[in-house]
Order: sequence, then C-alpha cells, then structure tokens
Amino acid sequence: MPKRETPLLDQLESGPWPSFVSEMKRQSESRHAKENEVQYQIPVDVCDDLLGVLELSYKEGEVHWKHGGIVGVFGYGGGVIGRYCDQPQMFPGVAHFHTVRVNQPAAKYYKADFLRQLCDLWDFRGSGLTNMHGSTGDIVFLGTRTEQLEEIFFELTHNLNQDLGGSGSNLRTPECCLGESRCEWACYDSQELCYQLTMEYQDELHRPAFPYKFKFKFDACPNGCVASIARSDLSFIGTWRDEIRIDQEAVAAYAGGEISPNGGAHAGKDWGPFDLQKEVIDLCPTECMWMEDGKLKINDKECTRCMHCLNVMPRALRIGNDRGLSILVGAKAPILDGAQMGSLLVPFIKAEEPYDEIKEVIENIWDWWMEEGKNRERIGETMKRMGFQRLLEVTGIPPMPQHVQEPRTNPYIFWKEEEVPGGWDRDIADYRSRHQK
Amino acid sequence: MAFISSGYNPDKPMENRISDIGPRHYSEFLPPVIKNNKGKWLWHEILEPGILMHKAESGEEVYTVRAGSPRLLSVETIREICDIADKHCDGYVRFTTRNNVEFMVDSKDKIAPLKEDLASRKHPGGSFKFPVGGTGAGVTNIVHTQGWIHCHTPASDASGTVKVVLDDLFEEFQQMRLPAQLRISMACCLNMCGAVHCSDIAILGYHRKPPIIDHENLENLCEIPLAVSSCPTAAIRPSKTTIKDPKTGEDKTVKTVAIKNERCMFCGNCYTMCPALPLTDGEGDGLVIMAGGKVSNRISNPKFSKVVVAFIPNETPRWPTLVKVVRQIVEAYAKGARKYERVGDWAERIGWERFFEACDLEFTHHLIDDFRDPAYYTWRQTTNFKF
Repeated sequence: MPKRETPLLDQLESGPWPSFVSEMKRQSESRHAKENEVQYQIPVDVCDDLLGVLELSYKEGEVHWKHGGIVGVFGYGGGVIGRYCDQPQMFPGVAHFHTVRVNQPAAKYYKADFLRQLCDLWDFRGSGLTNMHGSTGDIVFLGTRTEQLEEIFFELTHNLNQDLGGSGSNLRTPECCLGESRCEWACYDSQELCYQLTMEYQDELHRPAFPYKFKFKFDACPNGCVASIARSDLSFIGTWRDEIRIDQEAVAAYAGGEISPNGGAHAGKDWGPFDLQKEVIDLCPTECMWMEDGKLKINDKECTRCMHCLNVMPRALRIGNDRGLSILVGAKAPILDGAQMGSLLVPFIKAEEPYDEIKEVIENIWDWWMEEGKNRERIGETMKRMGFQRLLEVTGIPPMPQHVQEPRTNPYIFWKEEEVPGGWDRDIADYRSRHQK
Repeated sequence: MAFISSGYNPDKPMENRISDIGPRHYSEFLPPVIKNNKGKWLWHEILEPGILMHKAESGEEVYTVRAGSPRLLSVETIREICDIADKHCDGYVRFTTRNNVEFMVDSKDKIAPLKEDLASRKHPGGSFKFPVGGTGAGVTNIVHTQGWIHCHTPASDASGTVKVVLDDLFEEFQQMRLPAQLRISMACCLNMCGAVHCSDIAILGYHRKPPIIDHENLENLCEIPLAVSSCPTAAIRPSKTTIKDPKTGEDKTVKTVAIKNERCMFCGNCYTMCPALPLTDGEGDGLVIMAGGKVSNRISNPKFSKVVVAFIPNETPRWPTLVKVVRQIVEAYAKGARKYERVGDWAERIGWERFFEACDLEFTHHLIDDFRDPAYYTWRQTTNFKF
C-alpha cells in the first residue's frame, strides 16, 4: 500500500476506463516490494509523494509545482524540463521532479526488448512513471532528480542508441502519422521524412536559438491523423495531383451493399442501406462526381482531394500515382493572439530523398523568422504581423490563387517603389510648374 | 540509496560523449508483415470496434487490436504490455497519437486469444487496463496534457477530467454508433499543449483571476520589461510600491509591476515570464467547454472549436457537471447529426442557435467574442437567423 491516504484520488480508481491513479499506485507498490533488490537512484517513495501532492491539489483545486528551473544535460538546451514541488517538506520524494523528453521512434512502433530497456532505465534512475506519449509525441519520463540527468543521458546514448527530444525555444520533436507503414492513403513516406528531418536538424532540436518553439508534423494524407494543420508551425500534408484510381467492380459492390461503407466504421447503428448517390456523390464538396452507364465518373480536375469518397469506399477508390505533399505554415494554439490554422504555402512538392527542395523551404523560413521574429513569437504570428507576401518573398514562391481563400477585400496595397514607374522621388518644382499653390 | 554511476564522468563531461544521434530508426521496430508490405496497402476494414484489418497488394493481412490507455503509464504496466506483445505479437507493439496501444498480428485466428487476454486484465481498483475500442464512428481516447500531475500553470487536472469523462462515455469508446468519429481533447491551460482548439469537444482548464503580485520577490525573480511586454492586452506596467521589509520591519520601496485587472484575460503568459505573478486559485480556476472543431479536410475545411460553456468549476474528484455537459453534447449530436457529419458541421447546418437548444446549454454573454479582430468575424451580419 502507498504510504499516504488519498481518499479523493481513490475515487478515480473505480469505473471502467484505465485509472491513472491505479498506475501510480502500481508503481508505488512495485518499488516498495523491490526495495531490497533494486538500489533505486531517487527516493523509493517518489510515487507516494506524487500521489500526496496530487491529492492536495484535488483538495484545494490548486497546483503545487513551482515554476520551471533551468536544468539539462551538458551541451543541450532542451530535452529536460525542470520541475520542483512547492511543498518539499511535506513531499520530499518529489522535491525535485524533472521531466525527461525522449525522442520517440517515428509513428511510435516498438519492440518489447527496447521498451524493457527504457523501463529498466527509468525504474532505476527515475520515478518509474511515464507518459506514452506526450502531446508533441515524445516518450515522456516523469520525474527524476538533477544528479540523475547526465547518467540517464549517458545510458540512453551509450546503451540504448537513443537521444533526447526538444523543449524550449527550439525545434520540437517532429511527429508523424503511421503513413505507408499501415495505411492505404499515405501519399508519401511520412515516417522517413520525419526521421530524415529530425536527423538533419539535431542542432536546432537540442540548442534553442529560435524566437520560440517550432513544430514539424507530418500527415501522409488530408485526413490529418496527427493534426498537423492545427498544431504545427510547418505542416506537411500528403496529396496527389493526378486521377483517383477507380475499381468499378468494387464501386458496384458498395452500391449493391456487398461491402460495408467507410471500412465498417458505422457498424454500431443501423443507418439503412448504403446509398451511393446520397452518401458519396451528393456529399462531394466540389460536386465533381456522377454515375454514367452504371460507372462512377470523377472530374479529377475539379477534385480538391478532401478524402471523403476514398474514406467511404476504400476498396473502390485509391489515391493517385503522382504523389507528394503540401506545406502549410503557422498553426498554433490561442496563446497569445488567438488560434491560427496552418496557411498553404507550397501546394505541391515531391517528397523524394534527399528532400533538398523541402529543406530549402524550411531554412528560408527559419532565416527570416530568426531575423524578424520577436521573442516568444511563433512563425504564425510573425506572418500575421509582417504579411504573407513577405513569406513568399523569402521563400521565392510565386503568388497563386491557391494561397488565398479569396482575394483581399480592402485595396490598401503596399506598392513597393520599384513596382511604380518612375519611382517615388518627384520634383516639387516640376509639380508646381503644372499646379498652382 | 548509494549513487551508482553509469560511467559518466562529471570531471570530464566531453569524454566519450555521444550526442545528437537522434531517435532509433523506426524500421527496427516494424513487425515483419508491416515491413514487407510498407507502401503497398490496398484497403482496410474495421472488423469490430477496436479491431482493424489491413489488406496488402501481396494478399497478406495485418490485424490490429487497439486498446485505450490512461497515457500516464507505470513501467510495470509497460512491462506487462511487452509481455502481451511477446506472447501474441512476436514482441511488436505501437502507440497511437491518441495514446492508445496497438497490438498487431498477422492472422485472424490470433485475434480472439489476444482480445480475451486484454479484456481479462484489470487493476485492483476495478478499471480495465487495456479496454479494446477507439475506432470508427465513435469516441477514441482523449488526448490530454499534464494537469496537476506535472505542470506549473494548470487550471485543472488533466488525467482526472479525462478519466471521469471516459468512464461515462465508455460504451462510446467500445461502440461505433455515432454519425462520425468524435474527438475529445483536454488541455489544462490556455497554452494548449495538445490541439484542443480544433476538436469536436474540447475541455480546457481556465483561470479567472488576474495574477497575484508578489511585490516582495518580483524584482529578484523577474525581468520587469519582459513581464510588461509579455502581456497581450497591455494590462501590465512597471511600477513602484512600498512594502514592509520582512527582516527589519521598516518601509522600503521596491520596483514592481501594476496590473489593470479589467484588461486581464487570464492567459498566464506573464506568469511564464515572471514567477512572481501566480494565477492559480481554487475558486477562480475551472473549465471551459469548446465544441465543433476538426483537423480533417474531409468534406468541409478544418475548423476551430467554439466556446459553448464559459465556466465549469473544478468539482474534484469526479467533475459531475463536466461529465453531464459532455454527455449532453454527445447525445444531442448522436440524435441530430447525419451520417458522416462531424459536430461542427452539424452545428453549422442547424445553426448555433439550434445547437444550444439541442444540447440544452445556456447561451450567455461570455460566449460572444470580445477579443480583438477575431471577435468581429464571429458577429452575425445577416438577417438570416432563426428564432
């Protein structure tokens, strides 16, 4: 049993959903049981004290963690988040309780032996509690003491061939969907691009030199399973620019009710027989589909690749063969000036190794942002303040209708001097020769 | 507790130092059936809630059993996951963006024993360790942040609010009876470490009291210009005040800041820049509910979530009002929306005035935007409204 009473938290052990309180208690019990066989490198009662401080927060409705603190490993400016309890006398086991972010393998696939190595390391040198995974995608080790940080880093790099993730004003750990590994809609290899860019920008990941955080996320299709369009400064979303491939026999099988729509996603309710006209053709946002002589036709030129028809009939429709990705810039949560969605910068780019074209876009954006961005300003806010046209200038991308939802509604155009014949300098005497005062 | 070194020598930190090696390459961890068919998948099917089948061009199939997790996992439970992976899946396992655990097998007959095994594992308190579900037109795991467990700015707990909502919506996790997928997310403060601002339903921790000014320590803990410039509404200005010196008892003048409270929208950015401006407060803090956002480009464009309930208090430990409100929205959506229609698309089709009726939510002045430009674009500029 944990050493503290936690009557409020105990109420979160019941109910069917997996209980995080039970997880904390499980680790507490394990540590007490193995106390004589494992020489734990941080206090053995760390989980008990974490339960204790959390119980206090549940009682008061107030947090008991202090503000940050600068800790880390030598040569890195990110990857570790300092955390101290503001009631260290009451909860000495969590007086220091730093987080370690570990860069996850792309799309979060694991082999048990590697996971066990991580577990052994974290059991021995930390609290034994983790997040699988943090919001940005890292493996999050929750809670250790300062003197363990270099030891953890040494073991990670020497024995586990594994590095830390990002924190602070740097490139945050890039994250991708599972892409080609297990999805028929992947328009590019999101895992490989994620991995290659993570490796290319290790310096930017570990040594904060940016105005604020910067996130890369990779969605292999417009369904957006890692939400890149909403939460990454640079969002890489797979797409194609040729025709959707149609298997007319399978279309007929869907229409005839032999295959259930949407991969069976609606099986829990009787929605009536599948109606191809109503559920696919009429819901197409561009109205570019129709039936002709019992065959499904698509005017691909008008298609915006929203994915609906492919999602509904995965066995009949497949993505095109001329594949690549779109790059969107500037998504962020509301802090400070309101939320921003990613804005389309590159409609189509091939995703082929060594990805030089993509790297050029990234580096041009970074150069500009590092020059013009204010402290704690995300790229989306810099874009908003300086204008989208500046982003086009620095990346050398020509303006096109794909860049806007609609053209501007105000005519306050910032003409540049070189765009106006004769420039801006004029002679007042010459003017007066034609216009009296 | 003797200190045991891994071999790191603090006197010579650069000796044998390995850095910037990045993560392990994912190809080391792909199950053979996945590796063999990478990029060559034809189609997929959800066999039953939580169980997927992907078919490859080669004719091979991979079956995935998806189970929920509380995100906060002990290494003991991760070891248990490894044991399950060893027993059923040749040691391979993966986690999803929404904190589910996925066990993959290469033939259909391996599913039943795996499913049975997962369903049999419970915590002593009664909760499932690995409930199977989270696919298709249902509710999947709620992505969330750290809350009171580990963050310094939260206005609520994250793990607890998620636990109580998913206890209540458990059958929606294990069924697929909704019009489309319904994504719920939780962020414990406005920083929003997850993408809750684009979720079908978002639970957001929120402060409602301006920062307390710790005059005695502010000058020592903070850069005053940084604190001033951190405020997006210019509510903070440099100031001086007289306090009693705690040591001598005499009056002394200190450099500090002053705050125009009525300008504060409680974002907490000043606290991040200046630890002498804490916001947390048992009465002030609580939750905001947002609804109608999405990230997918399917049918309609990605969209932001909208605030539909301005405040719910932190009713620990089981947040009954929060649970009730989320349930009301889910039920109204399940009843009112068309097949394939997401919460936001449904609300836009019927009109937000009907959304509040259908969900039995009160519309208050707090729901009319009054923050800068974004506010103007949300006011109604047409007579096409409903009574």
